[in-house]
Amino acid sequence: MTKVLTYKYDGPRGAPVMKADASAARVDTGSWRVNRPVIDLSKCIKCHMCWLDCPDGAIYLDKDGKPHVDYTFCKGCLVCANECPVKCIAVEAEKK
Amino acid sequence: MENLITGNEAAAWGARLSRVECIPNFPITPQTEIIETLAQWIADGDMDADFWTLESEHSVLSAAIGSEATGARTFTATSSQGLVLMHEVMYIASGMRLPFVMATVSRGLSAPITLWSDHNDFLANLNTGWLMFHAQNNQEILDSIIMAYRIAEDNKVLLPAMVNMDGYVLSYTKEPVEFPAQAKVDKFLGKYRPKHAFFDAKNPLVQGPAVLLPHDYTYFRYQHDTAARNALSVTRKACEAFRKQFGREYGLLESYKCDDAKTILVTQGSISTTAKAAVNAMRKKGKKVGLLRLRLIRPWPAKDVARELANAEHVAVLDKNVAPGQGGIMSPHVKAALFEYGAKPIVTSFIMGLGGNPESVGMFEEAVRLAEKDKRGGVLWLE
Repeated sequence: MTKVLTYKYDGPRGAPVMKADASAARVDTGSWRVNRPVIDLSKCIKCHMCWLDCPDGAIYLDKDGKPHVDYTFCKGCLVCANECPVKCIAVEAEKK
Repeated sequence: MENLITGNEAAAWGARLSRVECIPNFPITPQTEIIETLAQWIADGDMDADFWTLESEHSVLSAAIGSEATGARTFTATSSQGLVLMHEVMYIASGMRLPFVMATVSRGLSAPITLWSDHNDFLANLNTGWLMFHAQNNQEILDSIIMAYRIAEDNKVLLPAMVNMDGYVLSYTKEPVEFPAQAKVDKFLGKYRPKHAFFDAKNPLVQGPAVLLPHDYTYFRYQHDTAARNALSVTRKACEAFRKQFGREYGLLESYKCDDAKTILVTQGSISTTAKAAVNAMRKKGKKVGLLRLRLIRPWPAKDVARELANAEHVAVLDKNVAPGQGGIMSPHVKAALFEYGAKPIVTSFIMGLGGNPESVGMFEEAVRLAEKDKRGGVLWLE
């Protein structure tokens, strides 16, 4: 139903401001993924191109310098698979 | 003590006396002298403020938002093409409710390009949600910048403000200007301590976030509109406080010999001073003529305007601007105000002073003569 709007004036609280810390850490962007990159570490040459190029910082290196995908945040853009010089990153469809 | 200074210097003094902390800037004629003056003072150690040189006016206004969002009192200035390049960011500044002040020095818009003054640049911002003040002389420029900070920073308002002057006629013309004492200005303005815009790494804020629900968007627009309307009474009170503190009288508008006037001229900016001379000349000849000078353009003081004009038979609105296909920008405002008030003088719209085309006492006398002959409310161009 159509209504006539009336608000009281809220002063500084009426400004579009919200308190927020680094909230991105709490958002499971991995759930957006359609395709999943899977790294074959037996073929990996540890060039770190995938780690450098990941736009979401969702690839991390272990203490031996081997790359791993953090599937909580990986959105499945597949930049890593495209950039890998030895093509050791396979693309697998996500199954729900 | 009075000092002989240009309008640009008066604007710079307004910023300096308001103790602004950050000045993002980009040069453009006829405004450049404002930021040059501020740069000189900062270089000489006479003023303590961050001076940010940016690569465009779009960036200047974006940087002003960033600076004001940390709670720093911010100032900038622009003109003409620079002001219209800022247009997208104008809405963001006011939507985020950031109360900084920008001096604008009016200059006509391209094409064809011109350096001289008219009000099309300033009046392109009527719907941006900013407060808009228009000064008629150098003293008023300085005083209006100080007042604008007080009005803008009021919790009932929290909106950015523009203070306009005419290019060349004021910007580069020296006039005697009285400087308010710094201690008095400090008392008049107080410290700016915003509750909604500050930088604190331990309490991070997102300012101006995306609002995905139309209902929430409408709420913020409603708050913005209410804030702008609140500025009418806040401005009235600030003018009264200013008069008490500094002795100079300002209002939402200036009514000059309107009380018994049969015909009233409506103007804004520096042409008003010439129009007053014309009113005096016509009064000497026994003609009952008055002048209404628009000073607060946004929020629009419709009731005050209508009250001043209600008893006149003819109103001549002199627009130093043109909205092609429509006419003068301010004359529909005046007509709407009168219509709402139920008063029915005949309103004649005049387009004049474009691209620095000079006005004269004779031009205002002719406008009165033509307005008094007008039976239907036409649009006429004068030169």
